[in-house]
Amino acid sequence: MSVLVALEQRAGKWNRASFEALAAGEKIAAALGVPVQAVVLGAQVETLTQEAAGYVVEKVLTADHPLLRDYTADGYTAAFEQIVRSVHPEAVVFPHTYQVRDYGPKLATRLGRPFVSDVVDLKAENGEIRLVRQLFQGKLSADVKVAGSPQFISVQAGAFRAGTPGGQSSPIEPFTVTLEEGQIRAKSEAPFREAQRSVDLSAADVIVSVGRGIKDKENLSVVEELAKALGAELAASRPICDNGWLPMERQVGSSGQTVAPKIYFAVGISGAIQHLVGMKGSKTIVAINKDESAPIFESADYGVVGDLFEIVPALTEEIRKTKG
Amino acid sequence: MKIIVSVKQVAARDSALRVNGAGAWLDESGLNYEMNEPDAYALEEALQLKEKLGGELIAVCAGPARATQTIREALAKGADRAIHIETGGDGVLDPLAAARLLAVAIAPEAPDFVLTGLQSDDLGYGQTGVVLAELLGYAHATIVMEVEPLDKLVRVKRELEDGWFQHVTLPLPAVLTIQSGIKKLRYATLMGIKKAKTKEVKIVPAGDLNADLASQAEVERVYLPERSKQIQMLTGDPKHVAHELVEKLKFEARVL
Repeated sequence: MSVLVALEQRAGKWNRASFEALAAGEKIAAALGVPVQAVVLGAQVETLTQEAAGYVVEKVLTADHPLLRDYTADGYTAAFEQIVRSVHPEAVVFPHTYQVRDYGPKLATRLGRPFVSDVVDLKAENGEIRLVRQLFQGKLSADVKVAGSPQFISVQAGAFRAGTPGGQSSPIEPFTVTLEEGQIRAKSEAPFREAQRSVDLSAADVIVSVGRGIKDKENLSVVEELAKALGAELAASRPICDNGWLPMERQVGSSGQTVAPKIYFAVGISGAIQHLVGMKGSKTIVAINKDESAPIFESADYGVVGDLFEIVPALTEEIRKTKG
Repeated sequence: MKIIVSVKQVAARDSALRVNGAGAWLDESGLNYEMNEPDAYALEEALQLKEKLGGELIAVCAGPARATQTIREALAKGADRAIHIETGGDGVLDPLAAARLLAVAIAPEAPDFVLTGLQSDDLGYGQTGVVLAELLGYAHATIVMEVEPLDKLVRVKRELEDGWFQHVTLPLPAVLTIQSGIKKLRYATLMGIKKAKTKEVKIVPAGDLNADLASQAEVERVYLPERSKQIQMLTGDPKHVAHELVEKLKFEARVL
């Protein structure tokens, strides 16, 4: 009986969300009264496995196989299936990364189990847990209870605080997986980046960010004026960049940049999870939106419900006055 | 080539959502519905794939009777026929149950491609395509930006995190979950809307498909999110609000 936590690495580097998943796994394990075991998949991952052993876990299971060098859904699913069938865990906890989105549900399905993805919180009571998820892009929350085991769970980036290694060396246990080349149907090419970023939003003190509420490219001048008055960087949510209204490098969110300015103005941004992940570390968040039930207001410090085309120009005027 | 696009109907994006009396789902009275936006992008990709390769495009949808409207939209934009797996009640299926229904309906079609959106705007699990691929025994790729069909293969561009991408080649048949926003969505033409009325929609009651729909992940309670931060809402006319906001940013938050 244990809780398994999948620690994710690519090309010998951790995905930091792994250690948030480990923190969530510890909470689940404590609620269920069982120990935590970490799982590392890859090829030649000794160094990473040693690092993982620095965390307080019962043991680190490591499946080291040449066919796990590059991620494939078929390879990872087959390897993890063998581990789960051997260990019989109560729960398997993953970080909600793009990689996990690609194979986690496949693994759970193969074992005939549901996969509760993108969990933001846990409620533990009498040895049972409830998983909290967001519905309708964050407009509603739901408590989910899983019957039977193992429970397959992925946790949203930023929802749990990662711990730090405690300087111990937890036991490491190699797990022999059987994989054959013929099982892996996908042929992956090397990952690439399209362009070097010339805008580093992560260094900005003030950001004015714009979303769907701006309606048209021609209306962008409204927020550009505000950004100019504030000396702020202009940023956007994904739909604005997908439309080509602002360059991709100005996108904030899970597929764009992660920012932490002193002030973040979210203008006409509803606050989908994918956007919030990229900006919730901001010191002060101001949200301007016409929909009072927009989830952005859950994360904001100051909120204005109303027409951005009236409020933003008034704000620009007021800022200009104070800056003289 | 036979292409299937799997679409879902969800509450419209700007809906005012109310929790129902039992606290377990929405009060659906008075809600408007639309095609799940990511699925609309999958439909667009499927239409372009059909234009390139020829063959047949079939829209498949699991949902209650009201989902007919979403199916008609897919037909009006160019799908050749549709399969409507009609569910009872409010039609909330978890991804495993939905995929089990879809798999039973899709398998006999023996398609080359199955396309769907990367997630739904209502439940947001982001799993149906992946689960479907596993149930059908097909290869899959998620968060696909570009689709390049090759001989008995498909090469796709996948989005990874943090600005990274990757090309992956899969054997057919394959399930692809399509990233939203890459291609421009077309509008249905008047001619398309007219033609849609004559296209075949096969209605299959979910009960006839012998799929296991019992959920092992039960939604016990639905509620408005608890605020993690104490937000101050500013009200009044725009000038007043702007003044108050600047004051607060300067003297209260001390960030300006």
